[in-house]
Amino acid sequence: MDELLQHVVNAVILGSTYALLGIGLTLIFGIMRVVNFTHGELYALGAYAVFFLEVSLGVNFFLALVIAVIVGCAVGAAIEFVLLRPLLDADIDTTMLVMIGAWIVMQNTELLYWGGVSKAVMTPFPEEPLQIGPVFVSWLRLFVLVMALVLIGATYVLINWTKLGKAMRATFQDRDTAALMGVNIKGIYTATFAIGSGLAAAAGALLGPVFLVTPSMGDLASLKAFAIVILGGLGNITGATLGGFILAFVEEIGAGYISSGYRDAMGFLIIIIVLLFKPTGLFARAERIG
Amino acid sequence: MKRLLPLLWVLVIATVPLWLRDQYFLHVTITTAIFIIAAMSLNLLLGYTGQLSLGHVAFFGIGAYASALTTLGFNVELPGGLSIVHTPWPAVAGFVIGVIVAGLSGYAIGKLSFKVRGAYFVIVTISFAEVTRLVALNWVELTQGPLALTNIPPYTLWIPGIGEYEFWNKTAYYYLVAVIGLLAYVIIKRLVNSRIGRAMVALKENESLASSVGIDVTRYLVLAAVVSAAMAGAAGSLYAHYVKIIDPDIFLFIYTVTMVIMVITGGKGTLAGPIVGGVIFGFMPVIVRSFAAPAVQWILYGALMIVIVFVLPQGIVPAIERWASSWRRSRVGNDAVVLAGSKVREE
Repeated sequence: MDELLQHVVNAVILGSTYALLGIGLTLIFGIMRVVNFTHGELYALGAYAVFFLEVSLGVNFFLALVIAVIVGCAVGAAIEFVLLRPLLDADIDTTMLVMIGAWIVMQNTELLYWGGVSKAVMTPFPEEPLQIGPVFVSWLRLFVLVMALVLIGATYVLINWTKLGKAMRATFQDRDTAALMGVNIKGIYTATFAIGSGLAAAAGALLGPVFLVTPSMGDLASLKAFAIVILGGLGNITGATLGGFILAFVEEIGAGYISSGYRDAMGFLIIIIVLLFKPTGLFARAERIG
Repeated sequence: MKRLLPLLWVLVIATVPLWLRDQYFLHVTITTAIFIIAAMSLNLLLGYTGQLSLGHVAFFGIGAYASALTTLGFNVELPGGLSIVHTPWPAVAGFVIGVIVAGLSGYAIGKLSFKVRGAYFVIVTISFAEVTRLVALNWVELTQGPLALTNIPPYTLWIPGIGEYEFWNKTAYYYLVAVIGLLAYVIIKRLVNSRIGRAMVALKENESLASSVGIDVTRYLVLAAVVSAAMAGAAGSLYAHYVKIIDPDIFLFIYTVTMVIMVITGGKGTLAGPIVGGVIFGFMPVIVRSFAAPAVQWILYGALMIVIVFVLPQGIVPAIERWASSWRRSRVGNDAVVLAGSKVREE
C-alpha cells in the first residue's frame, strides 16, 4: 500500500510535466495542423539552457529557468517564422518532413556542442527528501510540481480569458472565418508556436535537474507528447492535461508492477490502442480524423 | 536507345567490382545497395500509395532479427513452462523466414494502421517501430538485448559444379545484393505498372473518388504494405548476414529518416528516385566523415531534407525528366521552325 502511494505521488509529479509537454504540442497540432517533431528538441533545449546558464555561466538557478523558457519561446517563434510560414498552405506531410529535418538538425547541433555525455544540473534545494507519512518526496520534485501546475493554470487563463486566447480559439475552430473577422492568422501561428515551444522548454528546464540532460532526451519526449495529445484528442487542452497524468500513471504503475524495461513502451501501446479503438481521443468532441 | 538503356545499366552494375578495386568503397557500395532496396520498398508506400510510413525500419529490423535468429537458433521459455527450442538452420532459410516474417508483420501493422490517415497514420507507424525496438532491447532471452546477436553466419548456396559456396568475400556479396536489388526493382516496376499499381496511384490522388469507383482501399493499401515490408525484410536479412552483428539500435528512427530522405530526394513515386537518392546519401557519409564528426553528417541530412522540400519538392528524378522533356520539346520546336522556314523558301 505504501509502495502504491509512492508510485501515485511520483506519477502526479511526472504527470504535471507531461501535461506541460502535451499542452504545448496540442496547441500547435490543433491550431496549426503541424505535427511538430521539434517539440522534444525544444524540451531538450530548455534543459540544456538551464545547464548552460547555471553550470557554465554561473547564473542563479531560478533565473536560469526563466531565461530557458524565454529562449524556448524565441527559438519556437524563429522556427515558425523561417520554416512554417512559407508553407502555410502546404499539406501536412510536407510540413512533417520539414519538421523532421529541423529536429535532426537541432538534436545533432546539441550533440556537437555539448557532446554525448549526460550533464547534471545542480539545484539549490536540500538533498534530504520531505517525508509525508510513508511517502518521500524530494524538494526539487515538489518545486517541479508546483511550477508545472502554475504554468498549466497560466495557459488556461491565456487561452480562455485573454484576447490572444480568443483569437487562437477562433483560429482553431475555423481559420478562414477567423481571418475574415480580422484575426491576424500569421501572427496567431507565430504566437501559438512560441507558446507551445515555451511550454516544452519549461518542461525540459524543470525535468533536466530531476533526470540528466542528454542530446537524445528529446526523442522520447516528442513521442510521449504525441501519445498525450492523441490520448486527449487533437487541440484539446483539458484532454492533454488529463492525458499527461494518465500516461504518467500508466508508466509508473507499469514500471513498478510489470517491467521497468517496458516503461517507455507504455506510451506507444496507448497510442496504438487509442487510435485503433477511439481515434478521436478519449476526451474529444466529435471530429473527423483524416 | 530506349531499349538499350536498361541493358547498359545492368552492365554498369555487373562490372562494378571490376573497376572498383578498393575494398572499403566496395563495402560502402554494398551497404548503400542494401539501403537502396529498403528505400525502394518504402517508396512503394510513400511514393505510390502516398502513405508516409515512418515505421519502416521496423520491417528492416524484423527481417534482420528473424533471419539471424533462424540461422543462429534460440531457446526461449514462455510463461506457463512452455519452451521453444530452435536449432540453427542454414542462412538461406533465414533469408526466406526473414522475408515471410517481415511480410506478415506488414500485413498485421497495415491492417491496423490503415484505419487512420495523415498525421495519425504517421504517429501509429512510429509507435510500432519504437515498440519493436523496445521488445528487441528487453526480450533478452530471445534477442540478447543490448548485447547484440553476434557471429551471424554468411549465406551458403549449393551451386552445381562448385558445391557449397559461402558468401564470405565482398565481391560475391556485392553480386548477391545486386541480384536481389534488381529483382526488387523488377517486382516494383511490374507491380506499379499493373492494375494494382494504377489502383494505388488512384488512391493517392483521390481516395474518396477511388473508393467510389469500386477500388477496395484497405485491400490495396495492405497489399502494398505487405510487399513493401517483405522487401524491407529482405534488405534487413542481407544487412544482418553482411555485417554479422545486429543490436536493437537497428530499429532507431534515424534509419527510417535516412530511407525517407533517400526517397524524397531522388523523387517519390518514381522508379529511379530511391536509387538516385540512395546513391547520394549512401556515399555522402564517406565524404562528410573524412572531415567532420558524425553529428555534422546528420545536421547536413536534416538541412538537406528541408532544402529539398522547399526547392525540389518532387525530387531530383522528376526535375531531370521535366528538364529533359522541355529540352526535347524546344528542340522539336526549333526543327519545326526550320522546316517551316525551308518550306517558305521553297515556295
